[in-house]
Amino acid sequence: MKSNTLILQTAAIYITPLQLLFSVFLLLRGHDEPGGGFIAGLMASSAFVLYMFSYGVTATRNLFKIVPVDMLALGLILGMISGLPAMFLGQPFLQAQWWDIPLLGDATLKLSTPLIFDIGVYLAVIGTTLMIVVALMESETDHPSGNGD
Amino acid sequence: MLLAVLSGFLLAIAAPWLCPLFKDRVGWFMALLPASLFLYFASMLPEVAAHGPQVVEYSWFPALGITLNFLIDGLSLMFALLISGIGTFILIYAGGYLKGHPDLARFYVLILSFMASMMGLVLSENLITLFVFWELTSITSYLLIGFNHEDPAARRSALQGLFVTVAGGLALLAGLIMLGTVAGTYSLSEILNSGEALQDHGLFTAILLCILAGCFTKSAQVPLHFWLPNAMAAPTPVSAYLHSATMVKAGVYLLARLNPAFGEAELWTLMLCLFGGLTMFTGAFMALTHTGLKKMLAYSTIMALGTLVMLIGIGTPTAMIAFACFLFGHSLYKGALFMVAGILDHETGTKDVAAMGGLRGLMPYTAIFAAIAALSLAGLPPLFGFVAKELMLEAVLEAPLLQNLLLVLAVGAGVCVMVVAAVIAIKPFYGPLKPTPKDPHEAPPSMLAGPVVLATLSLLFGLLLFIPESLLIEPVVAAVYGEPVAVSLSLWHGINLPLMLSGLVLLLGIGVFLFWSRIQPQIAILREFLGRFGPEAGYFKIMEGLTKGATWQTSVLQNGKMGNYMIVLVLTTFMLTGYTLMERQGLRLWLDLGGSQVHEWMVAVLLVMAGGVASLTSSRLGAVASMGVLGFSVALVFILFSAPDLGITQVLVETLTVILLVLVLFRLPGFVRLSSTYERVRDAVVALFAGAVVTLLVLAVIEIQYFESISAFHIENSVTLGYGRNIVNVILVDFRALDTLGEIFVLALAAIGVYSMIKFRPEAKEKS
Repeated sequence: MKSNTLILQTAAIYITPLQLLFSVFLLLRGHDEPGGGFIAGLMASSAFVLYMFSYGVTATRNLFKIVPVDMLALGLILGMISGLPAMFLGQPFLQAQWWDIPLLGDATLKLSTPLIFDIGVYLAVIGTTLMIVVALMESETDHPSGNGD
Repeated sequence: MLLAVLSGFLLAIAAPWLCPLFKDRVGWFMALLPASLFLYFASMLPEVAAHGPQVVEYSWFPALGITLNFLIDGLSLMFALLISGIGTFILIYAGGYLKGHPDLARFYVLILSFMASMMGLVLSENLITLFVFWELTSITSYLLIGFNHEDPAARRSALQGLFVTVAGGLALLAGLIMLGTVAGTYSLSEILNSGEALQDHGLFTAILLCILAGCFTKSAQVPLHFWLPNAMAAPTPVSAYLHSATMVKAGVYLLARLNPAFGEAELWTLMLCLFGGLTMFTGAFMALTHTGLKKMLAYSTIMALGTLVMLIGIGTPTAMIAFACFLFGHSLYKGALFMVAGILDHETGTKDVAAMGGLRGLMPYTAIFAAIAALSLAGLPPLFGFVAKELMLEAVLEAPLLQNLLLVLAVGAGVCVMVVAAVIAIKPFYGPLKPTPKDPHEAPPSMLAGPVVLATLSLLFGLLLFIPESLLIEPVVAAVYGEPVAVSLSLWHGINLPLMLSGLVLLLGIGVFLFWSRIQPQIAILREFLGRFGPEAGYFKIMEGLTKGATWQTSVLQNGKMGNYMIVLVLTTFMLTGYTLMERQGLRLWLDLGGSQVHEWMVAVLLVMAGGVASLTSSRLGAVASMGVLGFSVALVFILFSAPDLGITQVLVETLTVILLVLVLFRLPGFVRLSSTYERVRDAVVALFAGAVVTLLVLAVIEIQYFESISAFHIENSVTLGYGRNIVNVILVDFRALDTLGEIFVLALAAIGVYSMIKFRPEAKEKS
């Protein structure tokens, strides 16, 4: 399925990157303000879905640097890994660890295992959604007549 | 200690790489592990004999009271020695027996895993750990019986063994959990000290029966013995190891282990004596009716298992000494005999004793050591088997219950075993040489090592009784009886009743042996009769019924109609919920609407209208769109009641859902009416019912507060512990991160499921 509307296609070129950027913003601010990995993942997925509707599934596939199934796997791995530092410190699995890294001036960078975990959730959600949507879209192109079975 | 138990698993992991490395010598290499374990456990013997039981502690699941403690006393040490000692020879033997077999690596993986599981079973100090290892032995046994997995008979036997032992295992689990609950601990050494409190408890009979069910199935007691002879479909090293020397004794082990706590109960004595006695005789008699070497040995193993169970049941100090001796003696001679049977099978190509003869000249060593082991099986002096059998008869004479019955059974079993031993030792080796499928010659050293050493030990320990006496038998008796007993073994007890009984058995045995080949036809008829009406026929009936039941249940519950699944799910969920609601809370129909505002009313009306349209419209797209309206209205509700995170999530999820639905919609056939009016009315009723229950539930929830809300904790600690001001997110990624981790795995599974449903269809296959 691919739309040939000029308006949608033009809009998608601008909106998709913005949406992706916004999803990263949501992801990073999630710990203090509304947002987080799950929401950000959905936001990023809908960015890709918008692009898919405008330019078709093949063009979207070419956009991926990592295919959705690998993204999903990476997300799961990150989720697991984020639990490990605590174990090395003799604490229960997944116990949060925080590191404040001083930057130039007064700023500090708050890094933590929950952040890694959240990125894992983010990737897992994108991977899952895109895997399903891409599969559905592709089966769409396989059977243009849309006959069911 | 932990390493000693788990090293088997470690070596099992490495086995596939070691096999090509050592080629034909791999058996000898693998045997180094059990051999060193044997030495390790043997070095503990003097310590345990002198100072009594020891517990080695490791923590595993401290929160659940499950520890990885190991109990080292006479009983567990004797078993550990048998497992590692016989295991050593079995591994060497298997190297010869399965030489060049393409799946040799798989064999070593399985048998080493089995060995480690068995080791864990006998050394566990915790009931739960014990059970875990118990089930591991069942599973490895299943895989080993079915080792020749291309043979349907082997697969069937493996499955039968698994079903019987695992069904018993389930009963055992129930029994152990009840035992743990009643005793207030899962620690074996504590339970053994609380025997009286246990026996006074109301659940005692249930516990006892459940545990007996587990032990009896594992140790092949009548009437559930039939799986064991069928398990002979396994390669001979497996039969020798699992189904003779070790695994089948796990049930006996557990009975012996629990004896100090349960032994006082009359039911315990009765059940063990009755089933043990009957098993002893049935096993011995059935051994007589077969001509296949392995089957004969398998049935005589059943005889031995029955004897051991009976001796535990009798429970006197003499019986315990007899138990320890019989256990030890049996493992020695039966291991040896099985390996001899494997040699004969391997070298001649047949398992049937009647088809062999005159092999003495060709296989002199096999003949000699088979004879020694068989003499021990028959219980003739001066072998260790004789000591065990004399003690057994002596114990039976002082049985508290069923004395006469047991005595008759014991003598009858003795005669049968005598004949079986004679057949095994004489038929294949003496008389004229018979032609066999293969050209027989003497077995290689790897295969002879086991029978030679084990048979020699049977002889040696019979002559030098003082070696096992204080080092092995005494600690075992102390562990099984619950308190130390002085043991003094001797070959010559003077002329007493047991000796006279032995003499009688010997005479009768020789008599029957002379007529053995002549009575075979009659016995074959009897066997056919038993095959038709025996316990195994019952097993097949049950399995058949199970299949039928499953077919029926599937046709009812899983008939492939989506609507049907939904109705079952919805009705079950909401009937149970509705019932609980009525039971616990009662109805509440009143709702305070004061303070509600106009825009809230508008959202509510929108919700209801969207729901109505979605269920009534005849256009699919219309239904999807109104579902979307419904979803966005819910999101609006979340935002109105200040839950921005939920609101955003709902909006995004809703967007994607509508997109997905639209995508799927194109794949569906045209909108036609497939259901009858009755079905539509039924579905409407079910839907309204579900809606009503949810409404009532929501109305009730307003005033129910069963538990103190944990919101307060989260609000308080979100910043201090989680370093985040967004409580929802802190809960997701920190406080309850494990839940979230589980959820993303579920997501992944769902994605894989959907993906495979879309991608891997029959038509897709045709195309590629």
